[in-house]
Amino acid sequence: MEFLSTVIAGISLGSIYALIALGYTMVYGIAKMLNFAHGDVIMVGAFMMFTALTKTSLPPIACIIIGTVICTVLGMLIEKIAYKPLRSATSLSVLITAIGVSYFLQNSAQLIFGAGTKQFTPLFGNGSISLFEGQVVISHNTIVTIAISVVLMIVLTLFINKTKTGRAMLAVSEDKGAAQLMGINVNKTISITFAIGSALAAIAGALLCSSYPILSPTTGAMPGIKAFTAAVFGGIGSIPGAMIGGILLGLIENLSKVYISTQLSDAIVFGILIIILLVKPTGILGKKISEKV
Amino acid sequence: MSLLKSNKKIVSNTKNNIVTYAILLGFFAFAFIWAQTGEMPRKIQNLLVPLCVYSILAVSLNLVVGVLGDLSLGHAGFMCIGAYTGAVFTNIFETVIPNDFIRFGLALVIGGIFAAIFGFIICIPVLRLKGDYLAIVTLAFGEIIKNILNIVYLGVDSEGLKMSIDGTSYNDMLLDDGQTIIKGAMGITGTSRDANFIIAFVLLFVTVMASLNLINSRTGRAVMAIRDNSIAAQTIGINISKYKLIVFTIASFFAGIAGVLFSHNMNSFSASGFDYNTSILILVYVVLGGIGSIRGSVVAAIILYALPELLREVGEYRMLFYAILLIVMMIVNNNEKINDMKKSFMLKFKKNKTVSEGGKN
Repeated sequence: MEFLSTVIAGISLGSIYALIALGYTMVYGIAKMLNFAHGDVIMVGAFMMFTALTKTSLPPIACIIIGTVICTVLGMLIEKIAYKPLRSATSLSVLITAIGVSYFLQNSAQLIFGAGTKQFTPLFGNGSISLFEGQVVISHNTIVTIAISVVLMIVLTLFINKTKTGRAMLAVSEDKGAAQLMGINVNKTISITFAIGSALAAIAGALLCSSYPILSPTTGAMPGIKAFTAAVFGGIGSIPGAMIGGILLGLIENLSKVYISTQLSDAIVFGILIIILLVKPTGILGKKISEKV
Repeated sequence: MSLLKSNKKIVSNTKNNIVTYAILLGFFAFAFIWAQTGEMPRKIQNLLVPLCVYSILAVSLNLVVGVLGDLSLGHAGFMCIGAYTGAVFTNIFETVIPNDFIRFGLALVIGGIFAAIFGFIICIPVLRLKGDYLAIVTLAFGEIIKNILNIVYLGVDSEGLKMSIDGTSYNDMLLDDGQTIIKGAMGITGTSRDANFIIAFVLLFVTVMASLNLINSRTGRAVMAIRDNSIAAQTIGINISKYKLIVFTIASFFAGIAGVLFSHNMNSFSASGFDYNTSILILVYVVLGGIGSIRGSVVAAIILYALPELLREVGEYRMLFYAILLIVMMIVNNNEKINDMKKSFMLKFKKNKTVSEGGKN
């Protein structure tokens, strides 16, 4: 029965990774860049919610909405200020800029909120459900996390496949030039992609800090890198791939934490990243793109 | 005509290198004489070896980022390997080789070689990757090295070396006469402090010399051809994998040496100190000093490391400042208008020069 609880906790963690990975994969698909600062947007979102929760008497849902809105704006601002001037630059320049943005967010948070860790109050209460006469205990948090993630993924899939804006995003990721000729506003589409990715990151931040209630300026860095691993695992640029990759990665991490070693779980996750890139660099659902001269 | 041109280029290269060496020697002479007068504050004396360590790291990372054009985010990992192997060697042979100088020299060589071996091994999978993927894989390797070394216990007793990744079983294994060298997350404590400024400076000088010679050699030109256009380089018969391996191995060798220096300048250190942030810090030195400029890396590392240490009030804001500087530099460097302005300015400058030279003749 321990196995079952581990698996459920793994799926819960994995769905958080999947939400973050969606942001990575959409931005990579459209702007062809690795948004290193994505993980830190999670942290900013969590800090905003933390401030709203402790400083005001608003209900948790309102706090989540505030954090999400702020992160959406932040994501668009980052894109406008830092990444837009570098559209035609080499990937090395863009990556260094992204690292700069990530550092900027971490250090701003450290100056504003202090370097110490904060205790985050779980947003969905501390209750739990026990199954099989108490052999398997599932907290409300886990259930809410999985439920919210599944709903968001369905909404996102519908949005991308059914709405005009969503299909514009697909078109831009396929061929920027052709999309522009078809009358799609490429800059606006990229901006929207960053906005959606950052909003998902903010919600992921709320879910992450509810499950692991410690908040510090570097909270977002590790989950961010792991979510990128998940995006690569599923095939970067592919939206269902990010979901599958995220959940698988969460499962692997939790299982190795319980059955192998707590301290080595990070090493195992990164080891998987390296193996995937060696064996199947395009990931589970990725497409192969060959370079033209 | 073309021969003349290439000759001119070689002359300007040599000139450039002489300036670099002069800056290095000037820095050394200044620090050395200041220390000899006995008026150098303790604070600055303590900074001298770390300055050399970070300069070596910046120069060696510049070989990968600036000369080869690949972004490595795991440089601290190689430094970590060098620091651990060097410190373990010194701790084991402390009584066997009583001469500090020889023992430290051997530790440096061993630390460097181990780091180079890891650099070679890690480079093999990296060869197939490009750009963002390569960066993330080097980051992953750095984190794996840190995570594994964080749980290793190593000790020596009358039966030989004992190693375990579990603290309690390790304590059962080690005999009573044993001495623990690596204490898991606590790292290594009490390594003999053999590093001093002169050795550190000599190593920095050797690193810079080796890097400059590499860049100006046939190998270096091949590497830069790969950086500028890998497909074109391949078509003229340059073996990309070979040169990438060479650069990665050399860069990690020097990072390992920097690690040994670092570990022999500290009372204690642990693997968690060599994290992703350290790698980024080194990258900041490289980028702000100018990607591809060896001299720039050294100068940037010295200034950017020393300033915040000396001005504590600024220390809090330094990372924020570096972050903004990184973003601004990248945007300015890639701005077409500014680049055009720079070009036309340089053109004017050159024209004036040739006119004045012509006038003389």
